[in-house]
Amino acid sequence: MESATTRPQTLPPATPNHAPAPLNEARLQVRGLDFFYGESQALKKIHFDLPARQVTGMIGPSGCGKSTLLRVLNRMYSLYPGQRATGQVLLDGKNILDDDVDMNSLRAKVGMVFQKPTPFPMTIYENIAFGIRLHEKLSKSEMDERVEWALTRAAIWGEVKDRLNSSAMGLSGGQQQRLCIARTIAVRPEVILLDEPTSALDPISTLRIEELIDELKRDFTIAIVTHNMQQAARCADQVAFFYLGELVEVSPADEMFTAPKQPRTQDYITGRFG
Amino acid sequence: MPEQGEHIVRSYEEQLKKLREMIARMGGLAERQVADAAYALVRRDTELASEVIGRDGEIDALERDIENFCVRLLALRQPMASDLRFIIAAMKVSNAIERIGDYARNCAKRAVVISQQPQISSMTGFQWMAKLVQENLKEAIDSLLNQDAAAAERVWAADANVDDVYNGIFRELLTHMMEDARNITAATHLLFVAKNYERIGDHATNIAETVFYAVRGGTLPEERPKGDTSAYAVVRPPV
Repeated sequence: MESATTRPQTLPPATPNHAPAPLNEARLQVRGLDFFYGESQALKKIHFDLPARQVTGMIGPSGCGKSTLLRVLNRMYSLYPGQRATGQVLLDGKNILDDDVDMNSLRAKVGMVFQKPTPFPMTIYENIAFGIRLHEKLSKSEMDERVEWALTRAAIWGEVKDRLNSSAMGLSGGQQQRLCIARTIAVRPEVILLDEPTSALDPISTLRIEELIDELKRDFTIAIVTHNMQQAARCADQVAFFYLGELVEVSPADEMFTAPKQPRTQDYITGRFG
Repeated sequence: MPEQGEHIVRSYEEQLKKLREMIARMGGLAERQVADAAYALVRRDTELASEVIGRDGEIDALERDIENFCVRLLALRQPMASDLRFIIAAMKVSNAIERIGDYARNCAKRAVVISQQPQISSMTGFQWMAKLVQENLKEAIDSLLNQDAAAAERVWAADANVDDVYNGIFRELLTHMMEDARNITAATHLLFVAKNYERIGDHATNIAETVFYAVRGGTLPEERPKGDTSAYAVVRPPV
């Protein structure tokens, strides 16, 4: 049973390591992106922008390429042989698909949260501190401050502050997921990728995460893959609809769900056979 | 608009079909009320007029049913895109039809009074106006049921004709009142009847606008061709 909710609090970011981009300016620019799993092409000529400090929702049926795209945005695919991407994904004007990109610093800039909460089998404190140590050298007091900041931003501080040294595995699913979000934002990324972050959670935990997303977008650029159309409608500022590896339509969320332009989008979001 | 496929969830498809049927029934009732009220007026048929008055409750009840049904659909199905627009349109259209029903009932009430007064003018204008309005109303509701934005746009543009006939009737009745004060009772009631039909025409164009939005997702231009100039009309007494 979760204790009283911690409302996300507005805290000044701990010495930002990047200047916040102006609102609406493209933070990530995807340009003519193709992606292949071996011979089979999973993404075809994807071209769109993820505006800074906005939430981009990605929807589409299973196998449409939306999760693949997320895996391209932080080069996770590079871990697997036989997977390759061509085209450009520009972050701060730099193509992250280039060979000379440093993976560690890229993944600090582009964080990811997965479908199932993935806490490390260590204490709550260490779950947050672990990632920070990979990228930064902080004193004990700086580290304490950063851990508190991350947990507070992820709206879980109030629930865990008295048991920071207990195992993270003892938290509920919803708390674990917020802990993972805290872990992601602890390294102060520019972009947060969320791959169906609530599909394993109950409705109330889901709403807490959605409230958190709404809060986090003031500082971060967020991309969320979701199978839940209502969730995309609730969370996203712009929505991209993928089908069979193609980007069919990208529109502001209110247009997407009231008057989409493409018949294929319409069929999908109203639940019809194409 | 291309023909849409069927919903994967059959019960949802059936509910939307039921909603369409309710709108069709309500629209049919309103068309009949508008026609019968005009017939009762022209033929001085008080029995038919009373029937019209009595039948209005059916339309009101249907409006409540449609509204409840739409609220349920919104809550339980969380409709999106074309379905959302259709359900919102159904609520707005049922509201407009309910008002149309009220106007028809008011015409019928006045028809009873008018039938007890001397005939002061030819009823051709009224017949013509009622016919135009009925046609627009029918086409507006059909355009919703057929998801036909082009038809909706035609109705929207056709209301100017109704306004022209209304202006003619307005001037004619003012003249009758001017000529003989004993005409005033009948002429005043007739003026209200004409105004009622003119308002029914306006509601038909509102329905058309709503249908256009439901089908296309966009809106018609703000300015509609309008011809009701009676607000400025002055008739001078004979010297």
